[in-house]
Amino acid sequence: MSDLIKKVTALLNDKTINAFIGYEKGSADRIRAIFARTEDQAQKLVLNAFCTQNLAGYLMKHEVKKLGKLGILANVAALRSIMQLASEFQIKDGEVYVLFANADGSLTEFTDFKSIETFLQTTDTGIKSEEQEMIAKLESMTVNERWLFWNKEFEKCIKCYACRAACPMCYCHRCTTDVNQPQWIPVASHELGNLDYHLMRAMHLAGRCVNCGECATACPMDIPLNLLTYQLINPIKATFGATAGMKADAMYALSTYKPDDKENFII
Amino acid sequence: MQEFEPKIVAFVCNWCTYAGADLTGTSRIKYSANVKIIRFPCTGRIDFMILMKAFENGADGIIVSGCHPNDCHYSTGNFHARRRWIVFRNLLNFTGIDTERIQFSWVSAAEGFKWADVVNNTTKKIREIGPYENYNKIAVSTLFKEEGATNE
Repeated sequence: MSDLIKKVTALLNDKTINAFIGYEKGSADRIRAIFARTEDQAQKLVLNAFCTQNLAGYLMKHEVKKLGKLGILANVAALRSIMQLASEFQIKDGEVYVLFANADGSLTEFTDFKSIETFLQTTDTGIKSEEQEMIAKLESMTVNERWLFWNKEFEKCIKCYACRAACPMCYCHRCTTDVNQPQWIPVASHELGNLDYHLMRAMHLAGRCVNCGECATACPMDIPLNLLTYQLINPIKATFGATAGMKADAMYALSTYKPDDKENFII
Repeated sequence: MQEFEPKIVAFVCNWCTYAGADLTGTSRIKYSANVKIIRFPCTGRIDFMILMKAFENGADGIIVSGCHPNDCHYSTGNFHARRRWIVFRNLLNFTGIDTERIQFSWVSAAEGFKWADVVNNTTKKIREIGPYENYNKIAVSTLFKEEGATNE
């Protein structure tokens, strides 16, 4: 019996938590999320190299919230998601029991936000180098080349909204996409509807994206969606000094201001 | 050949630029008639989706204008708007949308001359760049031409 199963079983038995979000074996070699509520279900928990999904995406789903007090198996991205959700007043301190899976398979417990903040300060939370290269490559293109690149990518979009469902930060009960009076985003997945949808999604995640990459992983059409929000991370950090998902009491960059914010395009 | 007349939409705040544009008129200063002014309560109200709707409906250029920093009628609306524009401009540039076509400016209620300049210069610039063909291709009117339907 692994440490994880032992730990979760104990937590469930002494009612510290009512449900634990972890990974279990899916069909074939796949891994899927499990919401363990009983000892038997906890036996199914696994932890291996395929367990990369950011499980924090489930924390805001109302079906999961109904389960009671939650425990979660977190990776770095999930820790950052929890911090960002806390800063947006979606999770209270101590509300979620966090088990962090270290690279060597050992587990670290986080019971309060302070300890997560301290841990994140010494952890690599940056964007992967291949993604940085892709962003640099796109930035070196002309505006028109970029337009053609994204046109081609967005053409593939079938508007399944998997990116929205997978994103830990997309928890609005009513998304702009679903608003039909006025119809901000055309429903059809034609060029205009797709462009509108993806620009809206990126803009609503600007300054909130914790670069977990779940949107791109979830995309069945392999659109590199994560680049849209990733490329805003550095400018927002450079201009406003804000990074999402590092502190539980951080201010969202776009809901605050400084009287001397610098820009060079307003006449 | 007839000269290209750009369609320009100006989103302005009620308290400064709209009053500034009014002053331009009452001062009998002539300025380009290409601009269609839409009045908002504050620049803080000008959502980025609204700018996209302008391009979608065939605009070739956009002017967004409001009170100078520290002059906002609601104290902080233009500061918030400024942050949003900085980020939004970055995103537009990354997705290949021509940020040259969106002119941001601060025009106060006393700057009738400046408003005329902003409009004239923007019109001149957009006239040189030409129609926004990239966006026109996917604009509402093009997409729904064949079906005869509308986006509403």
